[in-house]
Parts: sequence; C-alpha cells; structure tokens
Amino acid sequence: MTDNRFFNRSEFIGILVLAVFLVVVLPLTLDVFRLNLVAKYLTYAFVALGLVVCWGYGGILSLGQGVFFGLGGYCMAMFLKLEASSVENTKIQSTPGIPDFMDWNQITALPLFWKPFSSLSFTIAAIILVPGIFALIIGTAMFKRRVGGTYFAIITQAVAAILTILIVGQQGYTGGINGMTDLRTLKGWDIRPDHAKIVLYFFEVGCLFACIMIAQFVRHSKLGRILVAMREKEDRVRFSGYSVANFKIFAFCVAAVFAAIGGAMFALNVGFMSPSFVGIVPSIEMVIYTAVGGRLSILGAVYGTLLVNFAKTSLSETFPELWLFGLGGLFIAVVLAFPNGLAGIWGDYVQPRIDRLIYSGKPKPAGWTDSSVADGAPAE
Amino acid sequence: MSDEANKGLLSPLRRKLLMGMAAVPAITMLPRASFAQAPATSAVNTTGLAVTDTEVTVGILHSATGTMAISETGSIEAEKLAIEQINAMGGVLGRKIKFIQEDGASDWPTFAEKAKKLLVNDKVAAIMGCWTSASRKAVLPVMEQYNGMLYYPTFYEGLEQSKNVIYTGQEATQQILAGLNWIAKEKGAKSFFFIGSDYIWPRTSNKIARKHVENVLKGKVVGEEYYPLGNTQFNSVINKIKLTKPDVIFTDVVGGSNVAFYKQLKAAGIDLSKQALLTISVTEDEIDGIGGENIAGAYACMKYFQSLDNPNNKTFVPAFKKMWGEKTVIGDVTQAAYLGPWLWKLTVEKAGSFDVDKIAAASPGVEFKGAPEGYVRIHENHHLWSKTRVGRAKLDGQFELIFETADLVEPDPFPKGYQ
Repeated sequence: MTDNRFFNRSEFIGILVLAVFLVVVLPLTLDVFRLNLVAKYLTYAFVALGLVVCWGYGGILSLGQGVFFGLGGYCMAMFLKLEASSVENTKIQSTPGIPDFMDWNQITALPLFWKPFSSLSFTIAAIILVPGIFALIIGTAMFKRRVGGTYFAIITQAVAAILTILIVGQQGYTGGINGMTDLRTLKGWDIRPDHAKIVLYFFEVGCLFACIMIAQFVRHSKLGRILVAMREKEDRVRFSGYSVANFKIFAFCVAAVFAAIGGAMFALNVGFMSPSFVGIVPSIEMVIYTAVGGRLSILGAVYGTLLVNFAKTSLSETFPELWLFGLGGLFIAVVLAFPNGLAGIWGDYVQPRIDRLIYSGKPKPAGWTDSSVADGAPAE
Repeated sequence: MSDEANKGLLSPLRRKLLMGMAAVPAITMLPRASFAQAPATSAVNTTGLAVTDTEVTVGILHSATGTMAISETGSIEAEKLAIEQINAMGGVLGRKIKFIQEDGASDWPTFAEKAKKLLVNDKVAAIMGCWTSASRKAVLPVMEQYNGMLYYPTFYEGLEQSKNVIYTGQEATQQILAGLNWIAKEKGAKSFFFIGSDYIWPRTSNKIARKHVENVLKGKVVGEEYYPLGNTQFNSVINKIKLTKPDVIFTDVVGGSNVAFYKQLKAAGIDLSKQALLTISVTEDEIDGIGGENIAGAYACMKYFQSLDNPNNKTFVPAFKKMWGEKTVIGDVTQAAYLGPWLWKLTVEKAGSFDVDKIAAASPGVEFKGAPEGYVRIHENHHLWSKTRVGRAKLDGQFELIFETADLVEPDPFPKGYQ
C-alpha cells in the first residue's frame, strides 16, 4: 500500500500527519478569523510547492513567482469583481454596471478583455492557462537559448517589475495600486461570512493536497530523476540525449501553475487582489518560505510557509514597531544554522531518532528520502 | 445637549490641562466625578464590544513600518495624544480609553487583515486609522462587513461615503476649489499645468481641478502629467513647464518624490517667488524632507497649518511637542488624525452608547469646538464641514497663512458636474 510510485512509507506518514494537522487540528483549535489567516498563508504554500519542484529539484531559481501568483489572482479577482459590480450594486456611479475603479478613471464601457471573465468556466481555464502559457513563453525563450542560473533569476525579477508597473500604470483596467477590493460573491454565494470562510478553507486544503500529489508524482517519476540529474550535471544529461530545455520548461510551467492556483485561492479567501503580491519583494519572500521549509522537501515548503507567516503575524501584533527586525533575524538564523531549512532539521535530528525507535534491529526501509536527495546537493 | 457637554468639557479644562498647570488636581478629581455618573456597561454596549466598567478599547491602525511610515507616524502620535488628553479628563462615559496599535506595514492587504483582527478578535469600539486611499479601500469592506467605525484622517479623492467611516480630512472639492478660486482671482491665473503621482487621488483631484478650471474659471489646462509613486526624475516635465509657461503649476505629487521634484525645479532655475505653484500634497511633514529653501514661495491649499493663530492651536502645538519632541512638525493630516478620538468621544457622549449603529446615526451634527483648525462639524455624509486655507511656504519650513474661506466649506463627496 505504501510502496507505490507516489511515496514511500515515511512520506506517506508525513502527508498523513500534515492532513490531520490541516483538516482536523487547526479547524478545531482556531477561531474563524485565525483559520482564515491560515487559509491566506496556505495560498503561499502553493507557490512554495512550485518552487520545490522548479528550484529544489530542477535547480531553476525563479525570483518572479509573484508574477504567476498575481496572474492567477487577477483572473479570479476579475471574475469576482464583475459579479460584485452589478448595475444594482453600482448605481451610485456615473456608469453603473462596471467595476468602481473604472468609473473613477472615466472609463465608460467594460473593456473587451474583461468580458469573458463573466463566465466562471472561462475564468477557471484562464487561471491555469494564462500563467501556464506565459511561463511556457518565458521558459522557451530562456531555456532554448541555454540561459540559466543567475541570468534567469535576474530576468524573472525584471518580469515581476514590468508586470507591477503595467498593473499600476493601467489603473483604469486593473485598479492600479489600490488593486481590486470589495469582492463579494461567487455565483451568488457570499464569500465573506464565517461559514463561507470555513468551506473555502477546506476547499483550499483539498486543492493543496492535489498539488502535493502532483509534486510527489513528478518527484518519483523518471522525470523527477532527470530533473535532479540535470541540476547536478546538466551537460551529462544533454549528452545522454535528453532535451534539457524541455524538462526545464516543464518544471517552470508546473511551478507557475501552482503559483497561479495559490493566487486564485488568495483572491477567494481574502477577497482582495493588488499589485503588492506581484512585484520583486513578494516574489523574493516566496523564495524565503521555500528556503525556510527546505527547498528539497515538499512538506517542508508547507510548514515553512506556515511558520514564516505565523511569525510575521504574531510578531507584528506584539511589536508593531520592531517586528521587521525580529523577522529578519529569524531568516538569517535559519539560513546560517540550517541551510536545508526545517526539513533539514527534521532529517538530521528528528528522523534518525524516530527510525532508531521504530526500526531497531531491522534494516532501514529502502526508499528515496529527503536526506538521500539532499546529500551533496549544491547551492544554485 | 451636545453643545453644553462640549463647552463644559473642552475649552477651559482642557487648556489648563495642556499647560500642565492643573494636571494633578484635575486627574485626581475628574475620574471620581465621572465614575459616579458612568452608566452601566450593559446599557451602553449592547453589541459585545470591548467595553468594561472602567475601560473601553479602540484600535490604532497605521503603517509604523514601510514607505508610508514617514507620513503615518504623525497620525499615530496625534491619536495617542488625543487619547491621553481624553483619559486625563476622565475618559469616555466614565471609561478610560485603552488602545491596541496594529501595524499596516504600508501594505494594503495587511491593513485589511489587521482591521479584521481588531474588529473580530479585539472587539474594538472604533478604529483610528488608514492613510492612503489604497489602505482605506482595502479596509472599507471589512468595516462594513463587521460593522466597525473608522476615523480616517487623510484628505482624499471623495466618491465614497460609508455609514462605517468618518472622514476627518477634506474630500477633493472641499480642498481644491477654494484654492483655485483664490489663485485665479489673486494672480489672474488663466493657464494651469497639472503634475501628479499616478494613482487614484491625484487623478481624481486633477479631474475635478480641470473641470473647475475649464468650466468655472474659463481658464486652460496646458499640461497634465503623471509619474509613478517614488519617481525621482522630473526633468522632462520641468522642460515642458518652461516651454508652456503656465500661470500656475498645480501639483499633487506625493511622498518622497516631492524632494526630487522641488530640488530639480530650483536647479532648473524656476523661482517659486515668481512662478506660482499651488500644491495640495505638501504639508509641514513633507517640507521637513524637501528643505524650506527649496520650496519657499510655493502655495499650499489645505485646511490646517501648524502656524495657525487661534487659541485651540496655541495649546495643541505645545502639547504635541511636549509629548513627541521639540523637532516634530504638525501637518494637515496629523491635525485631522487628532480630531478622530475627540469626535468619537463627543459622538459616544451624544449617543449615550458605544454601539456602532447608534454612533453612526448620532454623528451628523456633532461639533468639536476644540479643534486646532478651529470649529468643525460632522455633515450628514460623514465628512467634516471645515474651512479651506491657502498658505505660503517659508524658508523655515512653516506656512504663512495667506487666505482662508470666510465660512465652513460643505463636504460634497459626489460633486455634480465634476465627475
């Protein structure tokens, strides 16, 4: 049962523990407000998960994941905003029936590219396809020309900066720096009250586990091994006859689509989307989540995201003027002391002891554990 | 009724307190007197807000970190000062005000998250907070959903009105029109050049200004340019100004960009004592960064200047400096933030309750005679009636009052003919 191609025994237990933690423990111990905060944190976990696939396994460091998070989020927000801007709700405007920020910017008719977003099925398709195709274009342009490493990271930064400037500048069409606020209903179902927040939370956790399964599959398939091989010695893989670029493009697209799903979940759970999730700073923050969790560990990404965001919220509530220093200190401490993040701590200190307890006398189970991958993993 | 309460509580006592002369006897005497008349908690709080027999909790929600911290710090300080003064006078309905401060971190969704935390977790009776339009837009749905009360201090673009918000700054028409009228009359200005930061407030303000210039003043707008927030290169627009030679440069550039803008204007040889410049975005706070020598001669149009000569302001400024240091300056928004806790206190006393619905209903007509800017009153649309003033920047970073409207200007957040 536990020895199929998706996961070995310890991974299966890890996923089970995470599932119990997210599905049972948190909803029972937290009030709806805190649970909704966890839902917000988990939207970043999608991004971190994508980064594990593309950075941890593929060795492609993208510092522009905010772009895909933003594209997914904006697609969802456009749908929700259109629904919130019914003629009834916007009769105070000079042109009723269009989103409020368009009215403030003297736009008198709904722009053409907004129109399809009144359909939910189109929106769902767009959430996956828009960032996916965009990543395909960037990936093809870069990897086919063998642009990689630092240069690729810099270019993703530039893309993040460009998209932010575009969104802020075209405020009549995008809401500018204010973003899209006051999202209310999904197909007539109010997303704001407490019971809706709970439903959305479980829906999100479900999607997260689907993505974890996909990441697990990629990692345990032949594809995953080629990714790791490529990260370790790209030329050898190329000389063996594989098209390195295609594998890299694939990993990058998977990361982009994960990030986009996270963005869409964000718009749903928080009722809000703004360019402050698209730019360079949030993109780097997302890489930090992955680094804290351990860039080689799928579950570590989720825990890392939760930990950093919990720290952010509780530090800023307790020390409103000094919290940034505390957070900065935490990052430095983690990177200095535990280069493999939370997963590294687990793999080096906790796991061996548990193994010793359980398997005392028996040989260690065969399997591909985090620590065996981590061995000799070079920094990007 | 509220009139009498205001008079009795505010003017004489408060002045004494601020000067620090009667502080000790007043503090020992007042709370006792007010506890005796404090109504039961169950009567004044029917919706489960954080009100006890001795305390009431409010929230302060501004950016203490990030790019906006420089602007919002003044608002935080003013709100804390007001709360301290109110507590020294016995609090609100016999209850001391306790505040919970949260950091919006210059990040709009964080503002929404913290507002929700204050309302849902802490059950605060009111929130003093927000600064940029973006943060207010993010917080507004939260205030409406959880029925909170927000006191918003910044001058802003209008086109908004909510049961759950009291706007203690000016909306755009209130701030702009009187200033344009004055400069058209005084300087015979016919041509205007607009420069703004690229977001909703400057764009809406300039839209209103353009309609006023074209339709009412029968003048001409010879240029309209926008720059991203934080931009520091204004050379091209300065060249255009030199070419078009407008009678008035009208600016709503915000934040740090101002420093570059005025320095480059000066470097390009545009002398503000000859070239009229009217700004609606530079307060004493910004001049601190720009440097008085770079902006001396420019006109600013808003409702408050630190140099205002009236009895209220003469006690407010020393009290502020005593609490926060001699070097602090007080800009328009800081003063508007100071109004928030006071207006809330007066409204609670008028309503005889902390319930948000009752406060929202009681707000119209509440007057504050102790406002540093002079008398203010809350309009039915939850904005303030206030005077508009034009000041001229001096070398020392202060403004010299040049003009003020004779009457209070009516707030009109949805101006007909200007949209």
